[in-house]
Amino acid sequence: MANIINDETIEYVGILAKLELSDEEKEQAKSDMGRMLDYIDKLGELDTSGVEPMSHVFPVQNVFREDEVTNKDTREQLLTNAPEQKDGMFMVPKTFD
Amino acid sequence: MSITDMTAVELAAAIRAGETTAVEATKAMLDRIEERDKNYNCYVTVDREGALAQAGKVQAKIESGELTGPLAGVPVAIKDNMCTEGLLTTCSSKILHNFVPTYTAEAVLNLQKAGAVILGKTNMDEFAMGSTTETSAYGVTKNPWNTEHVPGGSSGGSAAAVAANECYYALGSDTGGSIRQPASYCGTVGMKPTYGTVSRYGLIAYGSSLDQIGPLTKDVTDCATVLEAISTHDEKDSTSVKREDTDFTSALVDDVQGMRIGIPNDYFGEGLDEEVKTAVLKAAEQLEQKGAVVEHFDLSLVEYAIPTYYTIAAAEASSNLERFDGIKYGYRTEDYAGLHNMYKKSRSEGFGEEVKRRIMLGSFVLSSGYYDAYYLKALRVKALIKQAFDEAFAKYDVILGPVAPTTAPKLGSSLADPIKMYLGDIYTIAVNLAGLPGISVPCGSDKNGLPIGLQLIGDCFREKKLIQTAYTYEKIRGAFPKASKEVG
Amino acid sequence: MAKEYETVIGLEVHVELATKTKIFCGCSTAFGAEPNTQTCPVCTGMPGSLPVLNRQVLEYAIAVGLATNCDITRYAKFDRKNYFYPDNPQNYQISQLYLPICRNGGVEIETGEGGVKTVGIHEIHMEEDAGKLIHDEWEDCSLVDYNRSGVPLIEIVSEPDMRSAEEVIAYLEKLRLIIQYLGASDCKLQEGSMRADVNLSVREVGAQEFGTRTEMKNLNSFKAISRAIAGETERQIDLIESGEKVVQETRRWDDAKGESYAMRSKEDAQDYRYFPDPDLVPIAVSDEMLAEIKSRQPEFRTEKMKRYKEEFDIPDYDIEIITGSKHMADIFEAATAICKQPKKVSNWLMVETLRLMKEKEVEVEDLRFSPENLAKLIALTDSKAINSSVAKEVFEVMFEENVDPEQYVEEKGLKTVNDEGALRKTVEEVIAANPQSVEDYHNGKEKAIGFLVGQTMKAMKGKADPAMVNQMLKELL
Repeated sequence: MANIINDETIEYVGILAKLELSDEEKEQAKSDMGRMLDYIDKLGELDTSGVEPMSHVFPVQNVFREDEVTNKDTREQLLTNAPEQKDGMFMVPKTFD
Repeated sequence: MSITDMTAVELAAAIRAGETTAVEATKAMLDRIEERDKNYNCYVTVDREGALAQAGKVQAKIESGELTGPLAGVPVAIKDNMCTEGLLTTCSSKILHNFVPTYTAEAVLNLQKAGAVILGKTNMDEFAMGSTTETSAYGVTKNPWNTEHVPGGSSGGSAAAVAANECYYALGSDTGGSIRQPASYCGTVGMKPTYGTVSRYGLIAYGSSLDQIGPLTKDVTDCATVLEAISTHDEKDSTSVKREDTDFTSALVDDVQGMRIGIPNDYFGEGLDEEVKTAVLKAAEQLEQKGAVVEHFDLSLVEYAIPTYYTIAAAEASSNLERFDGIKYGYRTEDYAGLHNMYKKSRSEGFGEEVKRRIMLGSFVLSSGYYDAYYLKALRVKALIKQAFDEAFAKYDVILGPVAPTTAPKLGSSLADPIKMYLGDIYTIAVNLAGLPGISVPCGSDKNGLPIGLQLIGDCFREKKLIQTAYTYEKIRGAFPKASKEVG
Repeated sequence: MAKEYETVIGLEVHVELATKTKIFCGCSTAFGAEPNTQTCPVCTGMPGSLPVLNRQVLEYAIAVGLATNCDITRYAKFDRKNYFYPDNPQNYQISQLYLPICRNGGVEIETGEGGVKTVGIHEIHMEEDAGKLIHDEWEDCSLVDYNRSGVPLIEIVSEPDMRSAEEVIAYLEKLRLIIQYLGASDCKLQEGSMRADVNLSVREVGAQEFGTRTEMKNLNSFKAISRAIAGETERQIDLIESGEKVVQETRRWDDAKGESYAMRSKEDAQDYRYFPDPDLVPIAVSDEMLAEIKSRQPEFRTEKMKRYKEEFDIPDYDIEIITGSKHMADIFEAATAICKQPKKVSNWLMVETLRLMKEKEVEVEDLRFSPENLAKLIALTDSKAINSSVAKEVFEVMFEENVDPEQYVEEKGLKTVNDEGALRKTVEEVIAANPQSVEDYHNGKEKAIGFLVGQTMKAMKGKADPAMVNQMLKELL
């Protein structure tokens, strides 16, 4: 494997992705990610200098909505799926700004 | 003919003619599901009460003349990644095990307007990540042709439900082949329209720049009819394209005289199963005999599509799936110490292995120091792939090839080696990268009786060429056998 | 000899735009609604929901860019900024990193010594605001309200061109005035519709390289900004003097304690994984769009001051104060248009309005009386229907509640009594009751008449014309 993923990288990506992997999963992830990156490295064979990165396939531009209020109060529905709620709000563990 | 054997268009005609009713058809389907679905597990949720109530309302509207369309009264199955108001929508994930949307996806709304009756929600690979429907948190779906095999994925439940006659048609979604490949494995028709043709509003996103909703049906006529019903410009989806030419049923014409068909040599190389190859080339020959101009050509860049796709899709997915955090909906872990621990535990327990694998990869390729090398590089290669197709479509109306290198693999044989599994998407993935329409039509069976799919790819907004070619081919081919190894 | 240091400051200013709806959905942005009552699937991050850009947001952002001399990016995009936080429902914020809508601008500010300097604007980008977190003491948890989630913001990022708190405040006041003139925001620091994060570093005077900077948040008044700049400058100099290093970090200013503290956590990797948002399409600003927005740009302060000088005979100082706020200038122009008396309107603004603002601690943007009512009040005094002290009394009520002065005067019976008989009777009574003052007057003490006028006014409950009282007193004495 050309791409060796170390423990720090897996730890770091876990923080970014908010995933907590078991030791076994970590080992698996290291190997999977290394193999995938080796595979993705194949793209390096192509000369893409001067090629614009294409994020949208079609040149659709300027899609806007007008500044008009269209939504009503749907709080009751909004909260039906909340794991925990209080006073019309979503309850989360204590969070400091 | 049993009422459940009819196509969607046939059933609607029979209802209009007063030969049967929406309620009768719905009830027949629900009974059939109840009796057989334990063998296949096509559905995550069956909405018996809702469907019967809806069927009654639709029937009344048909009788009053309010509903006259070609799908009025026809029961449908919806892939479980499309939001349905008041009806559980799980994406086949534990993290959405209890999520009941407060609104309905635009494509589903369009079907409801056309008089569709929703039977339930079909099983899929978790968050549409997979090619076998084995990554579902709610059990694997089995191929109705042979229950030891997978139905394909990620829209495996939808394809299997159509094949097993557990619905008249279904909606699926296709990010890298997720409609076409299970359609091929299950011997049904499946179509991914041009990106932007069907609204993504209410489709739970996997790879936003690649996702499209499309039909899985018993034949090409149903396919064109359903596509016509769901294709609308939606102001709620910024990537929705305004099209004037969505009268797809007008392309149901039995004629390919002069149709220029290109066969990419690159699609017939190493890894392609001989039986698949033979069946696909035979279909090409038949079309040629019918007047099509068939040519072989080099498409190029085919082997780069998969790494490009996995970079882009994983990156988008890593961001799209951040919203599943245990705060607003879905699964929240029981025990946690503080906010970040709650996030991590809820997500780690709520997501399955394949989803986590792609989130990790996606987070990595977007992270500081790697964005240019991986993500931007992939977007550049995507531009080259699009260009290769543009060049091909300057010469051809339709590109013809296999859908997948093999027929449906056995259950449990794919997940162990992700890269090998990803390679199975080699013929379908580039279509999504370039935003093109593609259709899968059954074109034969292997020695084990498993269906083989023919893929037709069109230029952007040229679905009609595909429909016309597919329809003509279907006429040449004649009736395709039904799933033979039905249990029960 | 102690080393001399200079402070280098750049600002990131967030401004909430005055649109009716949110940036990507049709929810109202009105302030003060019950929690989560102004939300929808889009601004609460429901699965499957998609954003669509509010045209007005783009137009305001371009208008601010033009007014601050920026280049408008003709091909702009939105990017996702990924980070987990409960007030951020998608756990990514839609913002602009790679192709922000405006770049390379700047505004001129006046420096202390009467000089002028330009503060460069690196870029202006559009983004969505986050929801609000409320701490719940009872349950020891936090509660999330998404009403603010998706409210449109522009972030104006300056170059590190400021060197003192005075320059920072001059820059902020300049921005605020421009944006208020555009009507793009009310820019209230206290209410958070304008928020400034301070990037600050120190270096030895004459040094070429910048020092390591910190970013300071939670500054919600000009005073807090000044104190935070002083505090952070001192903290950084102390660190350097004692041989320690300044750490690049985000710090939160606690204005009550007069200290800042680092907002550090190992769970915050500060790696936002920006990438173009695939759910939003690019923005192509056409020549027509730009020309149209340009044509709608309002008269800014400099032009307004020049016009006032030409059109209205009012002192330069008044012009400066009045045009110092778009809201006040609007009141002035509208009231003048009705009553055609610029001098009187200006007087009410300069004297009574400023006095009451100071006394009642009201910000100019919060002035509530309407120009129509001010014009009516001026008409009432012109016609001598009320005298000037009654007018001041009425104005005070107008200032608080924007009452209609005509109605109010009528209801409260404040009209000047023009009945000569009644007045004569009162004056006679006052003369009879104050023999000492009468004598003083006759002895040549002119001042005594003032006392008698006052007594008469008091007896008339203020509803007399003092000039008339004066005249009658002289007559009767």
